[in-house]
Order: sequence, then structure tokens, then C-alpha cells
Amino acid sequence: MNIINSTLRREEQAIFDLRELYEQYGYKKYKMSKFEEYDLYLENKSFLPSQQVITFTDLNGKLMALKPDVTLSIAKNVPSLPKEPEKLYYNENVYRSPRGSNEYREIMQVGLECLGDVDLYSQSEVVMLACKSLSKLSEDSVMVVSHMGFVSGMLESCELPFALNEKILKCIEHKNAHEIIRLCDNSGISSEKRDSLVALISLYGSFTDTLEKAAELIKNDKMRDSLFQLRELEAVLTTDVELSRMRLDFSVINDLSYYNGLIFQGFIDGVPTAILSGGRYDNLMEKLGKKAQAIGFAVYVDQLERCEPDDVRFDVDVLLLYDENADTAKLISAVKMLTANGQRVRAQKSKSEKLRFKQLLKLGDGGLEILETND
Amino acid sequence: MKQMISVALPKGRLGESVYKLFAEIGYGCPEILENSRKLIFENEENQVRYFWAKPSDVAIYVEHGAADVGIAGLDILLEQEPDVFELLDLGLGKCRMAVAGKKGALIGTDRTLRVATKFPNIAKNYYTEQSREIEIIKLNGSIELAPIVRLSDVIVDIVESGKTLKENDLEVLEEITDISARLIVNKASFRFKTQQIEEMCEKMRKSVTANAKG
Repeated sequence: MNIINSTLRREEQAIFDLRELYEQYGYKKYKMSKFEEYDLYLENKSFLPSQQVITFTDLNGKLMALKPDVTLSIAKNVPSLPKEPEKLYYNENVYRSPRGSNEYREIMQVGLECLGDVDLYSQSEVVMLACKSLSKLSEDSVMVVSHMGFVSGMLESCELPFALNEKILKCIEHKNAHEIIRLCDNSGISSEKRDSLVALISLYGSFTDTLEKAAELIKNDKMRDSLFQLRELEAVLTTDVELSRMRLDFSVINDLSYYNGLIFQGFIDGVPTAILSGGRYDNLMEKLGKKAQAIGFAVYVDQLERCEPDDVRFDVDVLLLYDENADTAKLISAVKMLTANGQRVRAQKSKSEKLRFKQLLKLGDGGLEILETND
Repeated sequence: MKQMISVALPKGRLGESVYKLFAEIGYGCPEILENSRKLIFENEENQVRYFWAKPSDVAIYVEHGAADVGIAGLDILLEQEPDVFELLDLGLGKCRMAVAGKKGALIGTDRTLRVATKFPNIAKNYYTEQSREIEIIKLNGSIELAPIVRLSDVIVDIVESGKTLKENDLEVLEEITDISARLIVNKASFRFKTQQIEEMCEKMRKSVTANAKG
């Protein structure tokens, strides 16, 4: 495995590391088919990060899709009321059109789902695995946690008209305090309500500090319960995970029709967007008619490409040159000897412009001659 | 290197005004004022790096993390809808986004309104809210020409003083929204450089508030 390890791209290495991690915690690998019925995505459009889905008609005339997402398929296929939670992980290609691009791309996605009765242990385990996943990807990572119950509870307490609700949510997501103020003032919303909405935006920082600040903003039971859940999580996490890498930030939100509770995003230095994203999605399960809770996350390993490339590596360790007069038998045994030493060898008649080698050898009458060495 | 904040400034008058503000609050980089062809300017002491970008590209640099912070007009942000934090309204570069055309151009709601614009997304969103059927013609400049040569019935465009419209017998028919320059931040940069970015924002906020009062 030695040669392969050094030539693995960062994404490929990451996939091995993550799979090993999830197997360690007893998650089973889930293998999916490439195609799903398009209906599944049509009915749950806003669960997908992008609305574009590649479709085709199968041989039975049914409209199918090249899957843009894995969670929906897993959630759809889980039995209702499983006795013990289903713990699954996957490593699949999904087909999406990334933001700002007008092309489809095949994107490698790794992810994990826990479906069934999600108790404090299972919920904490998933969050811990998300943190550990980030650590496998990079030494420098940040995990941001939020709770849809707290945010939606706050919005409910303000009793805003529906259209305004949507706009305010968007502003919260963009940490756009000035626009919230303008919208509220223009709609005659009380300054008290306006200020509590704006407060959500600056409600971020370390777990402990932020929970304290958040407690002052409680308006209803929903918000109280959310903070209770977060406190429970904090108490459990201190035993295993570096809480210093975790932040609370209540301006982080996700679609309310799917996510009802804990949500989180993971960032690593060098990648400009969240490389990990997940949360508690009981609402989606309900929508699919399943009597089960669910929590999970996805890791967008393709984003690792954007990190600083590793130091220049050599394409081969040895480039072995030979000419027409070379004894083929001697050439074969020379290559055999070099590869037996664990080296990557390429034998050809002349140098290639783009081939990077550590050593340049030539097979002459007297044997192997060293022409060049790079380090 | 890691702790330096990189700022994308829009080329032109607005960018230069904003740079002055940054310099006043301690993020100066005098090199930038020299008349050179350089594109990137760094100041180690103030831990800041600047580069000039086409105004309509600033949000792209910030969204993709090529810059931690950027200054972009609300028109660009509403049109492109980048996934960034919008932390401050600088109150600079004030103007309006409006529907303009010949007097009476909006009458006749029984037919499809032809709208020429550099901001198709803004136009579409505005008319969707009104449930009015429109046809959008995307242009890249001199939008005021369109209704004059009957390429369109109206235009959706930025209006400053309104002089250009007046000189061409056009007028503002409907106002869409006020526009001004905003400070945007890359979402990942915010997580890794939280303290520096908060500090920069707070200093900028104080400066902007003071200027507004004065």
C-alpha cells in the first residue's frame, strides 16, 4: 500500500480516513443505486442545495433522476419505527450544478445518518463524529452549531406576517442586521421584537458564553427546550471532543420544513465554504411518512481540491532510458529489480517533458548508469 | 500570512472613498495610492491586503474566499445574491434602483411589459412580487437607450441624480429600492479570523456613524 498512499489525492485519503472512522463506531456502509425516481426530488425540492437535477426516462417510460442527494433516498427506504436506530454511512457520487456554475458535476460525497430513536447518546455521537471528521480533513477546523428550535421559537414569538418571516430569516442567515431594522421599521414591528431578532445575529461565540447570552432571550418553551438540548450536548461533549473548536452561532439556519432541531456546519482552513453540513431532520422524516427521528451530516470531500496543493511530488521515482540496441531481457530484469525495491519505475526511449522523476537512469552495455538525480 | 485580512475594493470613485475610510481607522496601505500597475497591495504592520476588482466582481472574490472582506453595492448583491455575510451598510455610493421610461409607459397592463436591464434578477424579483408578466432584455450598458429606440417599454436601472434620464425625456416611474455600498464577509473567513474581522467592522461602523452625524 506504500506507493498508493503517497499518490493518493487529498480527497481519496480523506475518504479512506472517514470510512475507517465511521466503521469504528459501528456504522454500516449503505450502497445506493445511481438512479432514483424524480418524484422524490420534486416533492422535496427545498431539501436540495440546488434545484437542478439531471433527469432521464428509463426503459419503462418512468422519469428518473441521477441522484443529487443521498439522504432523501436513505430516509425514504428506512422502515418506520425501527427497533434500534439505523446507523449508516455512505460514499457516493451525486450529480449537481454547483452555485454559480451552469454545468452539472459529479461530486463525491461522504455522509452519515442515524435514523430511528435519536436519544442523547446517538445525537452526541453524531456530533462527535462530525467533529472527528473535520479533524481527519485538517488540523485547522471549526464546527459551528445552531438550533432551529431556538430560531423558529424566536420568530414565532414575534408573530410576524408570513412574507416578512421569510425575509427576516434570509437576513439572519446573512447576518444582515441593518436590513432587519429597516424591514421591521417599515412594517411597524415593535422595537422590542425588532431588537430581539437583531440579537440573534450577534448570538455567537463559545458554547458556554453563548448559551448564557441566549438564556436572556428566551421567550417561550420552544426556545427553552432548545437551550436545554444544547446544554445537554455541551455536558456530554466535554468528555471527548475539543470544545475549543466548536462555536455556537444562532444566525446559522437551515430549511425549517426539514430541520427542526440541532444543526451544524464544519469549516476547514483553506476552503471558503462549509465542507460539512448536517443536523436533526425529523421534519423530513415526517414529510416522508416515517415514524422515526433522524440526524446526520454530509462531507463534501470534493472541496478538498481547493486546499493548497501538496508539495511537488514526483510522477515516478525512476525514469529508465533505453535505446533500440538494448537487450530486452536485461531491461525486464532491471525494471523488476527496481520495482522490487519499492520504487515506481517508467521505462521508455527518451525523456517526456511533463514527467517528473527522482532519478534518471540509462540501461547501457555496462548496466545501469545514473544520469540525473533530483530531490 | 494567515492572520492578514484581504479586502477586495471596487475600482473607481467608491473604492477610493472606502479606502480612505479604511486608512483613517488604521488599515492604511500607502502603497495603494502610488500610481502603479500593481494589482495587490500589502501592509504588514496593519495586517491588511488590498486589491482592486471590477465592482461587479467583488462579491465573487469574497464568496470564493479569494478575499475575506469586500465592498459591494446593494445592486450587485441583490442581482448576484452571493452566499456571504453582509455586516455593514457604509452609507456611501447612495443611489436608487428604479423603473424608468417614457411618461405613461407603464399603462396598459394587458400586455407583456418589455423591460431592458443590466439587472435581470432584480427586475424579475420585483415584477414577480407584483405578479406582472414581463419580458426581460439583458443589456450591458447605456440602458437608457432602450426605451428611446423602442427596444423596450421600460428599464430597470440605477438612478443617481436623474439627469441622464431627464436629458433623454425619460423619468422615474417606480422606485424599487435604495442602494448603497455594503461590507460583505466570506462565511469561512469569519470563522477563522473572527476577532480581526469583528474589530475591522466595529471600527468601520463607528467611523460611518460619526460621518453620518457630521
